[in-house]
Amino acid sequence: MDITPATAASPPPLAGGPAPAEQKATTRPGDRIFLALSRGSGILLLVIMAAIAVFLTVRATNALSHNEGNFFTTFEWSANSTPPVFGIAVLAFGTVVSSLIAMLIAVPVAIGIALFISHYAPRRLSTPLSYVIDLLAAVPSIVYGLWGALFLVPHLGGLYGWLNDYFGWTGIFEYHDGAARSLFTIGILLAIMILPIVTSVSREVFLQAPKMHEEAALALGATRWEVIRMSVLPFGRSGVISASMLGLGRALGETMAVATVLSPSFEIGTSLLDPGGGTFAQNIASSFKESGEIGKDALIASGLVLFVLTLLVNGAARLIIARRKEYTA
Amino acid sequence: MSGVTMNKPLVADSAPKAPSGLHQPRLPRWAPAALALGAAAVGTGIGIGAGLGSHVQWGLLAAVLYVAGMFALAARVEGRRQAKDRLATSLVWVCFLIAVVPLVSLVWETIARGIKVLDGNFLSHSMAGVLTIQPGGGVYHAIIGTLEQVGIATAIAAPIGLLTAIYLVEYGRGRLAKAVTFFVDVMTGIPSIVAGLFVLSFWILMMDNGYSGFAGSMALAILMMPVVVRSTEEMLKLVPNELREASLALGVPKWRTILKVVLPTAIGGIATGVMLAVARIAGESAPIVLLVFGSQLINNNPFEGAQSSLPYYIYEQWAAGNEASYDRAWAAALVLIAFVMILNLVARGIARWKAPKAGR
Amino acid sequence: MAKRIDVSGLNAYYGSHKAIDDISMTVEPRSVTAFIGPSGCGKSTFLRTLNRMHEVTPGGRVEGKVMLDDENLYGPGVDPVSVRRTVGMVFQRPNPFPTMSIYDNVAAGVRLNGDRVRKAELDGIVEKSLKGANLWNEVKDRLNKPGAGLSGGQQQRLCIARAIAVEPQVLLMDEPCSALDPISTLAIEDLIGELKEHFTIVIVTHNMQQAARVSDRTAFFNLAGVGQPGKLVEIDDTERIFSNPSVQATEDYISGRFG
Repeated sequence: MDITPATAASPPPLAGGPAPAEQKATTRPGDRIFLALSRGSGILLLVIMAAIAVFLTVRATNALSHNEGNFFTTFEWSANSTPPVFGIAVLAFGTVVSSLIAMLIAVPVAIGIALFISHYAPRRLSTPLSYVIDLLAAVPSIVYGLWGALFLVPHLGGLYGWLNDYFGWTGIFEYHDGAARSLFTIGILLAIMILPIVTSVSREVFLQAPKMHEEAALALGATRWEVIRMSVLPFGRSGVISASMLGLGRALGETMAVATVLSPSFEIGTSLLDPGGGTFAQNIASSFKESGEIGKDALIASGLVLFVLTLLVNGAARLIIARRKEYTA
Repeated sequence: MSGVTMNKPLVADSAPKAPSGLHQPRLPRWAPAALALGAAAVGTGIGIGAGLGSHVQWGLLAAVLYVAGMFALAARVEGRRQAKDRLATSLVWVCFLIAVVPLVSLVWETIARGIKVLDGNFLSHSMAGVLTIQPGGGVYHAIIGTLEQVGIATAIAAPIGLLTAIYLVEYGRGRLAKAVTFFVDVMTGIPSIVAGLFVLSFWILMMDNGYSGFAGSMALAILMMPVVVRSTEEMLKLVPNELREASLALGVPKWRTILKVVLPTAIGGIATGVMLAVARIAGESAPIVLLVFGSQLINNNPFEGAQSSLPYYIYEQWAAGNEASYDRAWAAALVLIAFVMILNLVARGIARWKAPKAGR
Repeated sequence: MAKRIDVSGLNAYYGSHKAIDDISMTVEPRSVTAFIGPSGCGKSTFLRTLNRMHEVTPGGRVEGKVMLDDENLYGPGVDPVSVRRTVGMVFQRPNPFPTMSIYDNVAAGVRLNGDRVRKAELDGIVEKSLKGANLWNEVKDRLNKPGAGLSGGQQQRLCIARAIAVEPQVLLMDEPCSALDPISTLAIEDLIGELKEHFTIVIVTHNMQQAARVSDRTAFFNLAGVGQPGKLVEIDDTERIFSNPSVQATEDYISGRFG
């Protein structure tokens, strides 16, 4: 330990343990400055959060006061015309639908991979595999977007034609030939993007499942799957839910990958496979450069809705995590 | 309480329904592999026979065939419980393969297509005077932009994040600390585009500043702060309390204890956390689109005028929509991935190198 | 129906490390056999080879023969899942499934069997097993409460009930009382005395008084040094082991001269 002569000399050493030292701490100038700095940083963080809410709200109100359409139900985004008419209905639909598709695909697969790593794969494979998954979580979203637009889209046409042949009658899977730059493709791409994060959180939870309960199940003559069903899944359930919520939060806010792949339009079609639709984040990025002042404010208003949406989702995830901590403690 | 006598003979004596013994009919060990090969062959066969255009379908067919075949086979030979176990095992394997295919393809495509135009010239030139439909040009200006923007963002976010974490771990009690903890969580979930909109609204729309690298840095800093706080907090919590008490008991003031004892002990983990946060924001493109605006030229001044950045460059080249620009987009993607991966590997390297120290 | 266990030439490994070396012994049916010895001597590892639980640990590997009457547990074509169904196990720390009720815990193993068990039949099995574990009177009014709400001793008896519900031939106990208070320990020891009427019981214990109290035969394990594999020193009637063992090391251990 490093004690300079000055500090070693000043107070009577071992006078009374940490408590008096802490009392003294507030009187010492060095301590006061340090505390002020660190507390100030914490406060600054709160200020930034407050500022985000305030500034977004102010600009959003400005846009809404000029809006001639209904902000929630209008199927149009003409924020730069006079008078401006815009509504988020299409964006909300596209955001929610593409994220839900992503969840439907990603969560089961992520659980599968997490179980693969934690309980099925030989150890030689599982360690490098979890490492690779962590690295994939760091691949920038724009790269996913580029890959999605130039590689995934051309490869999905055949599959969509097939879906159309067999399930086209549902309306949802109707597909007319063309680039597969649709909400469904976005859903698949988002699923691939959130897969690493959902997998790595689920894997952690599965690995934490108490060995003793697994052994209890084994000793009763359970097969590997029965062991997992009896002792791993019940333990990991809340962890998987919160991991999925974190993934959902990312999917909702994903911008560039969607902006790169989707071919946007301001209508809601029944088919998920045909191009069209939009999401909050994609619309902001795509319409930004052609927007004037009101147009930008209108985008900010839609951003505020997205902000609130992700706050709710993340809040729910935190709540589940907190409750689980109580449960296990 | 142990006085309950057993009137009836216990279970083991009663029903001798145990099946003939411990031997159960099992499928041979090579069965799954053989079936997988068979399913792949049939999937390919059907794919070619029916003229299915995309390989995605072939794979899906083979996967469904394998899972169903394994289940049926096991149900016939080994019984229902084993069949369920086999079903779970094959599903888990299929999940793994389903996930590996796109992720490997992503990395492969980026490398294979990116390597084409990636050379010294590409790294050392900007797009000045290059038409988007022409081959040539490079990412130099974008690299400069990314380095400056990420550097400034780190310079803002790292100290604030670090100090906030110190406050939470070393001083934080009471309502303020609770509020900070809560809002750090909230902040972690902010979509990057929203952070961009915020800086847009106050820095550019309200205070009437122009688009600049610095504006982008502020948005990146907002995204980076909570990540730094979280990881630093975790690391500081790992420092054993005895170390702090030992130092305080020697009469070392608290701030010196933190600076000289706590931080050095946790420095490896903190550095790792900061590096990972840097890696994360280096790939952010959404706020850049809103705040930095993009440029074809080298602009070394992050505080004045539009800049480019690697993620933005990829987007721009993709949007240009021709073969030459796609090549540049892939090459830039390769540069970006390499940059992010190197940061990640270095961060993990630091973590491993410093790890035993933290445990001491 | 309890069966005899006949072990010959058994080695167990963790990866390349040999944990137990060349063990041969016979465990008599309807009796209690206690394993004693210093920490790390491989007695728990050996216990886990008797129901093929050892190979579950990463790197775990077994050589040799374990005959259950006339069937080799490690013979070709033997299904470890069926082995564990025939040879039940109770662990050091009580481990009822936390998300299941008392009833579901006891029924867990039976339900695994797959063939639809009728509710009435299952009720009967649960009651019989809980009675067999001397727990019925304490829990009969709260069978639907979580098993984790019971006291440590009750939880351990719940685990015993769970183990005997699937009608095993052999019951292995790995230091079943080491996490319990003296009164709960006594209850379990009494229970062991009753259970041996119907099962072959093998118990690992650190407590020599316990071994002397509950067991008919005692096996003493030892190891030559740290990192060396554990060996069986001797196995004999408990009375003899504690009064007049044939090996000096056993006497040293029992009289507290080491270990």
